[in-house]
Amino acid sequence: MAAPDTNPDVSALAAAPALEEWHLDLYREGTRRDEAVARLHGLLLRAARFEVFRRRDSLPQDSAAELDDLAQQAADDAAVSVLRRLDDFRGESSFRTWAYKFALLEAALKVRRRAWQDREVTLEPEHWESLAHAGPGPHDDVENAALLEAVREGIRSTLTPRQRQVLVATVLEGVPIDVLAERLGSNRNALYKVLHDARRRLREHVAAAGFPEANQ
Amino acid sequence: MTGRDLDPTLLRLLGSDEPELDCDECFAELDRYVELELRGAPADALVPGLRAHLVGCPACAEEHESLRALLELDSVS
Repeated sequence: MAAPDTNPDVSALAAAPALEEWHLDLYREGTRRDEAVARLHGLLLRAARFEVFRRRDSLPQDSAAELDDLAQQAADDAAVSVLRRLDDFRGESSFRTWAYKFALLEAALKVRRRAWQDREVTLEPEHWESLAHAGPGPHDDVENAALLEAVREGIRSTLTPRQRQVLVATVLEGVPIDVLAERLGSNRNALYKVLHDARRRLREHVAAAGFPEANQ
Repeated sequence: MTGRDLDPTLLRLLGSDEPELDCDECFAELDRYVELELRGAPADALVPGLRAHLVGCPACAEEHESLRALLELDSVS
């Protein structure tokens, strides 16, 4: 027998689809659809404001009004996405949760873009050379130093230029993957696949160099 | 030396060989995964590969944290 759900507040989410029949009006025409779209936009704006103000420390130069404008833009874009992808909603979560994620995605993307809009994204692969000089720390022992050297060699010799560029920018330079995708004229999913493949190649390289424990 | 002893930068560079979803698949499953988590259901078993993706993808991890936090806020307000 399944364990009882001990959180009644959150377990109510499971019943939410039945309580959210209003979203079916999004498939209709006329006044009821207009009302449902307005209700949807309200939900999305709530989520977008939540996300923008949650990340406001990354935008210290922006006023509250500018942040709210960013949230409005995110909610508008999310509404377009939700309405375009209504048929993707499978009822495996509440409609509210499903819709929220679109607003959070748009808001997070806009915050990252804004935070990086005046920052140069260094795509020079030579930057990874500083990896071996990251400074002393609790992990700065002989074995880690040898592994670092194996990783440096792997970055140099086994990665394609594209893999090196994406790995260095996202992991060592801290560039958000969607910001990098925009600068490179790509998209987040495609760049993540590049990153994933780069990591796999690096693991294989360092394992062959005598560090099989790093390949896990 | 085990993986847990690795320098955090090395961990981010090397990632994990655990099977994982990509960003689009993660987005498609995120709402279900977070609701399962909040209900105390075995989300990682029911949505395999999503947790591994969150470990490797900071952007998706941020959105997961935010969705979870927003739903938790909703549940008490």
